[in-house]
Amino acid sequence: MVAAWPICLGYVPIGLAFGVLAHNAGLAPWEIGLMSLFVYAGSAQFIAVSMIGSGSAVIPIILTTFIVNLRHLLMSSSLAVYLQRLGFGRLSLYAYGVTDESFALNMTRFRDGNWDWRRALALNQTANLAWVVSTIIGGYGGQFIPAGAFGIDYALPAMFICLLVFQIRGGLYVLVAVLSGLLAVAFSLLFSGNVYIVMASMTAAMLGVFLRKGCGKGRESSEES
Amino acid sequence: MKTDYWLLVLGMGIVTYLPRWVPLIFLSRRHLPEWLRQWLDFIPAAVLSALILPALVTTTGESRHLTVFQPALLVSIPTLIFAWKTRSLAGTVIIGMALFWVAGKLFS
Repeated sequence: MVAAWPICLGYVPIGLAFGVLAHNAGLAPWEIGLMSLFVYAGSAQFIAVSMIGSGSAVIPIILTTFIVNLRHLLMSSSLAVYLQRLGFGRLSLYAYGVTDESFALNMTRFRDGNWDWRRALALNQTANLAWVVSTIIGGYGGQFIPAGAFGIDYALPAMFICLLVFQIRGGLYVLVAVLSGLLAVAFSLLFSGNVYIVMASMTAAMLGVFLRKGCGKGRESSEES
Repeated sequence: MKTDYWLLVLGMGIVTYLPRWVPLIFLSRRHLPEWLRQWLDFIPAAVLSALILPALVTTTGESRHLTVFQPALLVSIPTLIFAWKTRSLAGTVIIGMALFWVAGKLFS
């Protein structure tokens, strides 16, 4: 699936890096592949591997994983609007492929129209394959790839920046995005872990709803979306 | 250790899968109230911004702190302008990477 290439470009170096770290923490390539396949969540896997490396027990790692990945609740909730007619099996398969990156890309395409669940699912599975394979390769020999080659570390941030631009459909969206970013910075400094993403985006989106309500009252007749 | 690892991976898999799965199953079959639709409409922009900005202005690792003057933030400005003007995902990714690479050479 051609549409998946920006994600793959971002996943491959991160996957390789993860593989190297997991290898250093004492995991065999098949164990690395198993985790990438079962969990499929970059940041949580990095955290898990560092916890394994420092000799953590199983339960704390699982709890941390849960908290780190709670943010997908929001993403799946947003995606649900576009997946109204899918059956149980397909929704269950789709759920497996929800990541920060696939969410952002699919959401943008769904909103533009000219996108359907088949293509979204193909994109998810392509990205998933890139992740699983690159982490295994990293486990075998990622140390031969120079760190930071060709600015590859910036592939995902650049993609996120562009996808954010696509999401802006009016001044209120700019305001919500700015608020969310600032709140996220503040929360990320106050709290450890990844909870800041959920806290900041939920709060900012809520403010957006209130602000829209406030603005809508004055110009209900002229407002049209 | 081997059974422990299977348990770990299985547990991590379940707790990761559930938050992805529950909203899709339970929200996709019902008509959402207007305020919830609006809220969900703002979520993508909010989540993306919450993912990007801290990565640009804080250090990563256990104890985060602000570091505003770093290539990642500097590069984000022309990248953002490029994305705004061209609305090209592929172009933005390539420009962002190239600029970050150059910035890395200049600042290190």
